Amino acid sequence: MSRIEKTFADLKAAGRKALIPYITAGDPHPDHTVALMHALVRGGADIIELGVPFSDPMADGPTIQLACERALQHGTGLWQILDMVAEFRRTDADTPVVLMGYLNPIEMLGVEAFAVRAEQSGVDGVLIVDLTVEEADGYLPVLRRYGLDSIFLLAPTSPEARVAAVARQASGYLYYVSLKGVTGAATLDIASVARQLDMIRRHTALPLAVGFGIRDAASAKAVGQVADGVIVGSALVAEIERGQDRAESLPGVLQEKLANLREALDSLPPTHANGIQANISVSPKA
Amino acid sequence: MSYDFPDHLGHFGPYGGQFVAETLMEPLRELADAYFRLKDDPAFLAEFDRDLADYVGRPSPLYHAERLTKSWGGAEVWLKREDLNHTGAHKVNNTVGQALLAKHLGKTRIIAETGAGQHGVASATIAARLGLKCVVYMGAEDVERQSPNVYRMKLLGAEVRPVHSGTKTLKDAMNEALRDWVTNVDDTFYVIGTVAGPHPYPLLVRDFQSVIGREVIAQSQTKFGVLPDALVACVGGGSNAIGLFHPFIGHPQVAMYGVEAGGKGVETSEHAAPLSAGRPGVLHGNRTYIMADDNGQILGTHSISAGLDYPGVGPEHSWLKDSGRVQYVAANDDEALASFHELTRMEGIIPALESAHALAYAKKLAPQLGAGKRMVVNLSGRGDKDIFTIARMEGITLS
Repeated sequence: MSRIEKTFADLKAAGRKALIPYITAGDPHPDHTVALMHALVRGGADIIELGVPFSDPMADGPTIQLACERALQHGTGLWQILDMVAEFRRTDADTPVVLMGYLNPIEMLGVEAFAVRAEQSGVDGVLIVDLTVEEADGYLPVLRRYGLDSIFLLAPTSPEARVAAVARQASGYLYYVSLKGVTGAATLDIASVARQLDMIRRHTALPLAVGFGIRDAASAKAVGQVADGVIVGSALVAEIERGQDRAESLPGVLQEKLANLREALDSLPPTHANGIQANISVSPKA
Repeated sequence: MSYDFPDHLGHFGPYGGQFVAETLMEPLRELADAYFRLKDDPAFLAEFDRDLADYVGRPSPLYHAERLTKSWGGAEVWLKREDLNHTGAHKVNNTVGQALLAKHLGKTRIIAETGAGQHGVASATIAARLGLKCVVYMGAEDVERQSPNVYRMKLLGAEVRPVHSGTKTLKDAMNEALRDWVTNVDDTFYVIGTVAGPHPYPLLVRDFQSVIGREVIAQSQTKFGVLPDALVACVGGGSNAIGLFHPFIGHPQVAMYGVEAGGKGVETSEHAAPLSAGRPGVLHGNRTYIMADDNGQILGTHSISAGLDYPGVGPEHSWLKDSGRVQYVAANDDEALASFHELTRMEGIIPALESAHALAYAKKLAPQLGAGKRMVVNLSGRGDKDIFTIARMEGITLS
């Protein structure tokens, strides 16, 4: 059983939802990333999505674009990020780490060389934003061979046949993009998310995590009622942006922010079956 | 030779494909479906041809540049006058075609990215004609160096959004247009201006631009009875070059040369020549030659010409390079600048700085080919938009 599978299994047994924070590796400086990862765990993270910065993050909004620019100013590269994960693993053997980014940095290193090092470093899964299932044949078997889960995105525009095709290739969990837009966008329609998750569940037993547009306790709680996991990215990255000149205070800031979300999620009544559906109408604050 | 690229997923050998965020996969499928339904539909093609004739002003002439020929000493120089098209460049061939697709798909808003502003102007033009809302993304640096085109777009009713992220040039404008599209997929059609991007764009832009090469085949039969010996075109994303080259791929006796922007020299780090000095990678939805560092980060580019200032290139060019069917070379800033002046003074035609790169290489090629041979140079655009840049370089202030 992979670390990601075990995490979701344990959560399910406890009737809890996964809290999955995202930060960009190397932001605000490569020296801080490992400390921030540990702070996220202390704040209640179940899985960490660690962003691999890219010069042309076409699916990301301004917040994560700027995070990429800050990280790249310090030359944060993929090998260095794998070293960060290895360092994190020295004191945390349990929290799954998923690398999230774009294909080109992996393509330049070579997928096999990347996968070998990723496994050695203790990476659990990979989410490549611009790698569609249509193009994934050359990559998935390699990632699988090194025990790396392949996490794929599903979107509000994904028709049912595509959902089925993507679900067949995915492992670990599926990342449902809650809205048409880029990361950090402001509005979230819980009712439509709930409907889409119902449809997706007809095609997969994988846990469903929802991201994009979740920024506070209210939106996390609303999504937590319909999903197996809640992904928070831009809201955390915005805290890093605000505090970049006081980097020593950032672990505390992120821990507190996450603890607040954790509390909101844990205030939900325990669920023992997938997806208790309620008629929820929540409009998260922009 | 048989040539049937791309395959159904948009691959030209190892290049091309669809590397985009999941949200865009369904809109791309819709677009591909619509295009495959319409591309052989006689009514659609008749509409396209009518617009090209009556609105764009096609066919564009094939002009024998006699003084240039004499001066260069060698092969006859013929210019394919895409600069005479409505809006002043080849770009409009494609926007006319994509606007028809947008209409068939019922989209009410079009977006575009632009470098030199030619594609932005062509998009704004067609949007005005069809009564569509139009937003053009343009790198802040390009807004600065191509201000006449910015004003043209505004006159046409388009909104020009300067892009301040990254290197503030064409690649960043394309990132921003993709972000807009992913946010507004329901009502928005993304008019990509070149043969790059995810499938089906490289295919459909090529098909719309291939009118250039088809006309050259017919015109060369009329003017000199045989096909030309060589074709020369500048390559940024590569749409004017593919438009000229594609109908000739199956005629192996015709040599083809794609000319990239060598900037300050391909041996320096300041150029925009991924085919000459880059490597295969993935950018903007397709696998192709790109300029990237060892960590896979896209490198900044440099060219005197905003329209060639792009770190990638259409995937079909990557395939044509690897297969050896087209030779890719580079012309530097100063060579392009010299050719800009040379054509202006020698033939009374002010070329776009982009097209001046093709002329710069053609000048070297003419004596190599030798007398009795004929070459066609694609004059992809006119240089009115560049006169401010040229004046500034020469220390002249235009009011």
